[in-house]
Amino acid sequence: MTTVSDGDLEALAERLIAEGEVRGEPAADPVNLPMIRHWVDAMGDTNPIYTDPVFAAAGVHGEIVAPPAMAQVWTMPGPRGGKTTRSTVDDLLAAVNAAGYTGVVATNCEQTYHRYARLGDLLTPATRLTSMIGPKLTALGQGYFVTWNVTWYDADGEPVTEMLFRVLKFRPRTRGESGNGAASREAAATAAREAASRPAAPGATAQAEGGGPAKGSAGPGSGGGRRPYPLKPAKNQDTEFFWEGVAAGELRIQRCGDCGALRHPPGPMCLACRSTATGYTVAAGTGEVYSYVVHHHPPVPGRETPFVVAVVALPEGVRVVGNVVDCAPEDVGIGLPVRVTFQAMDDELTLPMWTPLDEPAGGTR
Amino acid sequence: MTFVRRTAVAGVGATDFSKNSGRSELRLAAEAVCAALDDAGLTPADVNGLVTYTQDTNQEISVAREVGVGDLTFFSRVHYGGGAACGTVMQAAMAVATGVADVVVCYRAFNERSGRRFGQPDARLGGEPSSQGLEMSWHVPYGLMTPAAWVAMFARRYMHTYGATSEDFGRVAVAMRRHAATNPAAWFHGQPITLDEHQSSRWIVEPLHLLDCCQESDGAVALVVTSLERARDLRRSPAVIAAAAQGAGAGQAMMTSYYRDDMSGLPEMGVVARGLWAQSGLTPADVQAAILYDHFTPFVLSQLEELGFCGRGEARHFIADGGIELDGRLPVNPHGGQLGEAYIHGMNGIAEAVRQLRGTSVNQLQDVTNILVTAGTGVPTSGLILTRD
Repeated sequence: MTTVSDGDLEALAERLIAEGEVRGEPAADPVNLPMIRHWVDAMGDTNPIYTDPVFAAAGVHGEIVAPPAMAQVWTMPGPRGGKTTRSTVDDLLAAVNAAGYTGVVATNCEQTYHRYARLGDLLTPATRLTSMIGPKLTALGQGYFVTWNVTWYDADGEPVTEMLFRVLKFRPRTRGESGNGAASREAAATAAREAASRPAAPGATAQAEGGGPAKGSAGPGSGGGRRPYPLKPAKNQDTEFFWEGVAAGELRIQRCGDCGALRHPPGPMCLACRSTATGYTVAAGTGEVYSYVVHHHPPVPGRETPFVVAVVALPEGVRVVGNVVDCAPEDVGIGLPVRVTFQAMDDELTLPMWTPLDEPAGGTR
Repeated sequence: MTFVRRTAVAGVGATDFSKNSGRSELRLAAEAVCAALDDAGLTPADVNGLVTYTQDTNQEISVAREVGVGDLTFFSRVHYGGGAACGTVMQAAMAVATGVADVVVCYRAFNERSGRRFGQPDARLGGEPSSQGLEMSWHVPYGLMTPAAWVAMFARRYMHTYGATSEDFGRVAVAMRRHAATNPAAWFHGQPITLDEHQSSRWIVEPLHLLDCCQESDGAVALVVTSLERARDLRRSPAVIAAAAQGAGAGQAMMTSYYRDDMSGLPEMGVVARGLWAQSGLTPADVQAAILYDHFTPFVLSQLEELGFCGRGEARHFIADGGIELDGRLPVNPHGGQLGEAYIHGMNGIAEAVRQLRGTSVNQLQDVTNILVTAGTGVPTSGLILTRD
C-alpha cells in the first residue's frame, strides 16, 4: 500500500539504533554574549549573571555563564538550514513519513546539565537514536513513539548538556473515519502547532516535516504555529479523494469502478467508458522524471528558490506533477528514478513529493 | 456564407507601447479603437460589433460608450489568454459573413506591466473549484505557477526528444531583437542582443534564461474587420482573410498539457494549422512571412513544426544561420515580436501582418502576398492567413 511497511520501519530503526552516537557539526560560533542577550531578552530572563560581567564576577561562577536551557540554541540550524550531517534520527523520521505517519507531536523533552556553558565554549552535538515504539493507537491516530538523545560536548570532549527528546509520529485520521473525527483533527492540528513551536533536537523535527521546498516558512520557532502555506489546491467532489489520500500518506490514482482504467488528474467520468463509478487505487509510489524545471525567478510565495518541479511518469501509466526534493537541482535529470514522500506544508496541507530512488534492489522498499 | 476571402482587416490602430502608460486600460482601448477606425476611414457610428478577450478588463459596452459607438448587434469574447488573438478576428469575420454585423472592431488593451503582471505568481490561481481552478491545483501547490515555468516544462522535454539546445532557443531571441532594433515603435528599439548575451542572461526557470522570455508591456491594439467588398472602398488596401481558425487538442489544458502525449509538440496548433491550410488552399511554400506568437522562445520552434514549415524536431536547423531573420528562408516577426516590440497578447503581430501586406512596415519585406499569424501557445489557440487583394 505504501512505500515502507511497518516491518521495514522496525528493521530500519533497529539498524539505526545499532549505529549508536553520531556526531554532528560543531556550533557555528562559540558561546557568546550577544546571542545570550538576545535569548534572555526574548525569554524575559533578567538574571544579571548571564549578562553583567561585574555582577557575574562576584557570583558563584566567577564569570558570565550561558543559561543552561540555551543548549540547543548554539547548534540549531537557521530556517534556511546550514551545514548538516547525516543523522540517524533524520533517516528514521524520513522513512516514518514515507510510511504514512506524517503527523507529529512532541511528547517529552528532558534536559540534564553537567555544567554551565561559559563564554568561548565551542559545543558539538552528538545524536543517538534510542528507541522506536509502536505502532500504538493514540487519540491522534496510530503511530510510533521515536526517542533520541542529544549530548553537547565541549572542546575537551566532556559533556555539557544532555537532552532526551520524544515525538509521536502518527498517521492522521481522514474525514469520515470512525470516532470523533473533527475533534481529533483539531487536536492533531493543535499538537502539530505545539510541536512546531517547541524546540526540538538539532535539525530533526524541522527537517523531517517542513524542510525541503518550504524552508523558512513552515519550520519551527516562528511563534504560535506554522504559518499557513499560501499555495492551496482547490478541491471538489471529483478530486477530494486524492488530497485525503495524501494526508493519509497514500498516492491515490483514480480507477474506474467499471472498466478499471486509470486516469490522472482525476475527473468526474472514466475517460475510457464514461462510467461515473469512480474509485481509486494506491500507487506503488515509484516513478521516473519525465520532464522537470528549476524555478529561480520570480519569487514564489511559500517557497525558497531554486526549487525543482517535475512531471513524474508512474509505472501505473499515468503522470503526476510534484517537487523533487532531498537532492541538488543539478542531480535531477529526465529518467531519474524517484519515490514518493509526503511533506506537511502547514497544519492542513500535505503534498506528495519525489525523492531520488538511489537504492539498490533489495533495500527497505 | 463563408468568411474566407469575403472579409478583410480594413484598419489597424495602436497606442504607444511602454512599461507604464500612465493611463487607464479603458482609455488605452478607446485610443486604439479610434486609431483603427481613423486608419480605415470609418467613424464610430459605422461600428456595430465589438470583440475582445475574456481576459480584457474593458467591457464591449464601456468601449462603445467611450468612443461613441451606437447600437451593437454583435459582441463576443474569446477565452484562453493570448490564444484569443486571431480568434477575435475569426469571430468578427463570422459575424460579418453571416450578416450579424457590418463593421466589427477587435481590441486588446491592458497595463500588463504597470498593472497586473501575468509573469508574477498569483496564489489565487488554484483557489476556486472551477474547472480551471481544479486544473491549476495539480500544479500551483508545487510552485509551478508562472507562464515561464509552464513553458519550461515543455521546453525541457523538447530538448530531450530532439536534441535542441538553449542556444537554439537563443537564436529566436537574437532574431527578434535584431528586428526590433530597427522598429521605432519597439520597446527594444536600438537594442539588439548577441547569442552570448542570451546565454549569460540569468535563469528564470531552467531551461529558460531571462532572454527567452518576452517583456511585459502596457498598450493596446485594435483591428477593424468588415466585408471585403466594403473594405475595397475604404482608405487602405484590404488585408484579405484567407483563413481564420481556432484550435484545442484532445486532452488540452491551460499551459499544463502534461498528461496527454509526448510533450514535444503543440497539438492545438496542429488543429489550427490544418484549418488554415484547408480554408486557404495554400501550403507552407505559399507563405512569404509568418508572425509567430513568441511569449517564450521554445514554442517558436514547435510552431514551425506544427505549421508544416519543417519536419518534427527540425526547427533548430530551420532557424539556424538566420533562417527566420528578415533575409532568411522564412522571415518571422519583422516587427520584433513580443520579445522585441511589445507584449500585447498577440494583437500587435496581427497589425504587423496587415502592414506587411500593405507595404508600410518599417521592416518591410519584399513581395509579401500571404502571411500567416498565430496566437498564444500552450493554450487553446488560433491563427490567420492574410493575403493581398
